[in-house]
This record gives sequence, C-alpha cells and structure tokens, in this order.
Amino acid sequence: MTEKKIRAMVAKPGLDGHDRGAKVISRALRDSGMEVIYTGLRQTPEQIVSAAIQEDIDVLLLSILSGAHDHLFSAIMQGLKEKKMDKVLVIGGGVIPQEDIPNLKKAGVSEIFGPGTSTETIITYVKEHLPS
Amino acid sequence: MELVKEALNGSERAIAQLITMVENELPGWMEAMKQVYPHTGNAYLIGFTGPTGSGKSTLVDRVALALHNQNYSIGIIAIDPSSPFTGGALLGDRVRMREVTDKEGVFIRSLGTRGGLGGISQATSDVIKILDASGKDCILIETIGIGQDEVEVVQIVDTSIVVSVPGLGDDIQTLKAGIMEIGDIFVVNKSDREGADHVVTMISAMLDLNPLTTVWRQPIVKTIATENQGIDELIEQIMLHRKHLTENDLLNAKRKERIGREITKLLEQKISQYVHDRIKGMHPFEDLIEQINNRENDPYSSVDILLNLLEEK
Repeated sequence: MTEKKIRAMVAKPGLDGHDRGAKVISRALRDSGMEVIYTGLRQTPEQIVSAAIQEDIDVLLLSILSGAHDHLFSAIMQGLKEKKMDKVLVIGGGVIPQEDIPNLKKAGVSEIFGPGTSTETIITYVKEHLPS
Repeated sequence: MELVKEALNGSERAIAQLITMVENELPGWMEAMKQVYPHTGNAYLIGFTGPTGSGKSTLVDRVALALHNQNYSIGIIAIDPSSPFTGGALLGDRVRMREVTDKEGVFIRSLGTRGGLGGISQATSDVIKILDASGKDCILIETIGIGQDEVEVVQIVDTSIVVSVPGLGDDIQTLKAGIMEIGDIFVVNKSDREGADHVVTMISAMLDLNPLTTVWRQPIVKTIATENQGIDELIEQIMLHRKHLTENDLLNAKRKERIGREITKLLEQKISQYVHDRIKGMHPFEDLIEQINNRENDPYSSVDILLNLLEEK
C-alpha cells in the first residue's frame, strides 16, 4: 500500500494575464513532492470548481492580481460548498489589500499570502493545514 | 460499496474519489475494482502519443470537443511525468484543454506517471475502467511526451494515434523500431509549418515498407489543432479504424490479449510482493549483500540460495 499523494491545484481566476507567481508556486509545490495541477490563465469560477472535483484535490491555491478577488473568491467558495467540496483547503495569493482579507476569510479562504511570501512559508502552511 | 454505486451512476465527485482510492491503492481498492469490472467494456479507448510539444493536449481537446458535439460523453486521462527524486509532478495538460473543460459530460483527470514506464502510469488502465463503467462513450488517453520506444499505451487502447510535427529529424527516424510501429493513425500536427508535407511523405514511405499482414493501411492526417483544422478527418479515421476492428473481429482479439496481460501483471505483482515480504525478514539477505560486495559470492548464485530457502520454509 502506498501513501496517498497530496494533490494541489493552482488556478488563476479572472482576467489578469500574469502567471509568473503561479508558476513559481506550482514548481515549489512540485519540488515538495506534491502533484500539482496547473489550470492556466483566465479560468471562470465554474471551471475551477469543476476541475477541483474531477481532479479530487486536497488544496486549491488561487492567484489573483486583477483586484476582483472579492467576487471571484466568493463565487469559487460558494461553488465548492454547493458541490460538497468544502473540505478542500483554499489559499489565496497575489495583490490583495489588507482590509479585504477578513471578508475573504469569512467566505472560507483559509489564508492569504501577499507578494514576497517565501515558497517555504506556503508549503509549510499547506502541509500543516491539510484536511485529514 | 457506496462509492462505486455512486460512480456507476455518473457522480463526478464519486468517480474522482474512486480514482484517488485506486491510484493510491488505499484500503479496499481491489474490492472496488472487482465491483467496477462487470460494468466495463463499453467505452471506446483512443490513445494519443508523440513527442513533447507536438500538440497532443490541444489535439485531444479539439477531438474531445468534436466528439462532444456529436453527443458522445467523454473521459480524458492526461498523463505527465512524476519526478523520480521527489515524487512530485506538474500536471499541466489542462492549460491546453480549454474548449472542453466546462462541457457537460466531459471528465478530465490528470495523472502523474508515479514511476510507471512507457509514458503511462501503473493506474492508467484502472482509471480507464472506472471512466468506462461510469458510462463514458469514448476515453481519450494522452501519454507524457515521449521519445522513441514508449509503446505501452498501445496495449491499453483500441486505437493508437501517433502525433508527429515537422522539423524533428530525417527519414531514418521513421525507419527505427518503436513508436513508428504502433500507430493505427498518424497525425502530422502543426502542419502549417514548413516541412509538413515532407513528414507525410516520410511516414508514407515507411508504411510502404510494412509487410502486408493487415488490410488496415494506417492513414496520415494533417492537422492544425489550434485552428481546428483536420479534426473532423481525424475523427472519421478513428471511426473507420473502429469499424475495421469490429468487422474483422479484431477488437475482441485485442481486448482478450489485454486481459491476458492484465492477469499476468497482477499475478506478478502479487507474487513479487509475497516473495519480497518473505525474503525481507531473512537473515541471509544482508549477509549475501556483504558477500557479494566482497566478491565472495555473486548475485546470480544468491538468487538460487534465496529461492531454496523460500522452498524450505
């Protein structure tokens, strides 16, 4: 019997076209031994939720730079909840103002990491907060 | 098993969880597969293989979309390599599969090779069965980007498609053994690029040299996947190949061979696990390693010694 591998998904919701950060995170998660599904740019909340279900992920990392995080994150959280995927650990990253964070957390996002966060910090956080 | 029941009814969440269970060999996975098996055998299995960057993912996306538009339900298994060092993997095929990701009845699962050889993973054929049993009409399997001799995919699909692109080498490449032997259909993708016709000629010349053992002459289809060109023709060829297999009773023969290989493989796995478990605790194993390293013994004689010990037990 093998140990269950951690499956993470890195997704870019919305319209910004910059995914350097998402790629760096994907690579770091890969190097930590996880299987990382990268969905690419400009994903709708519906596409992200559907991919999360089919890929049976443990962690969802959302990167967003466009400023539309309030709307997009809550749509994704709502979708996950409806599909009984609320056990998935959801983490946000990108350019998100401090004052918006409490609202996102209330919607169910576990943590928000801003620019400059080291990849180790994120990996450690993921490993410590994985749903059992 | 409740999970199997839900997956058989088509619940995407259950299908996904069942795949996770089987892929990780979590407790009960074999029981689950026993329950899945009677419901398999209805889907048509199509494999896509070819070098890195030849456009397999985009091609799979467009073929899936066209099949979806013809009212087929689709399963897609997209495989990418796992790191031999960390076991991690970046599964990026979804990036190119944008047309079908949100279509009703299309289920995409990305898999890491997890040490599997030949461009597919150990669990691939079980994942195929789960999607098959859940009611998918067609299952498309995309291998990792391959080089010359990763031919295992041919053993688990009904129609194999080998994807080439212009600019990869001269005609000696088409004469080599390996992947050029496994195509039921050849695709020259990115065919708007210079040299596409030359690739077609090279493959065609290679096919002319094949012994006439079959009535199926492998077609060569030119595509530009990003622009949806050649997709309909490719699907037509897939259907023709399927017809050829069924009409000549080759599909059954193919599937029986597959079952034979599968039993052998499972048996080998269980036997080697059994032998491993018993040998592992044996005292002489460590001693033998020491002796061999000192050149007082050799690996070949040691195997006989260990097997004799097993028999005595």
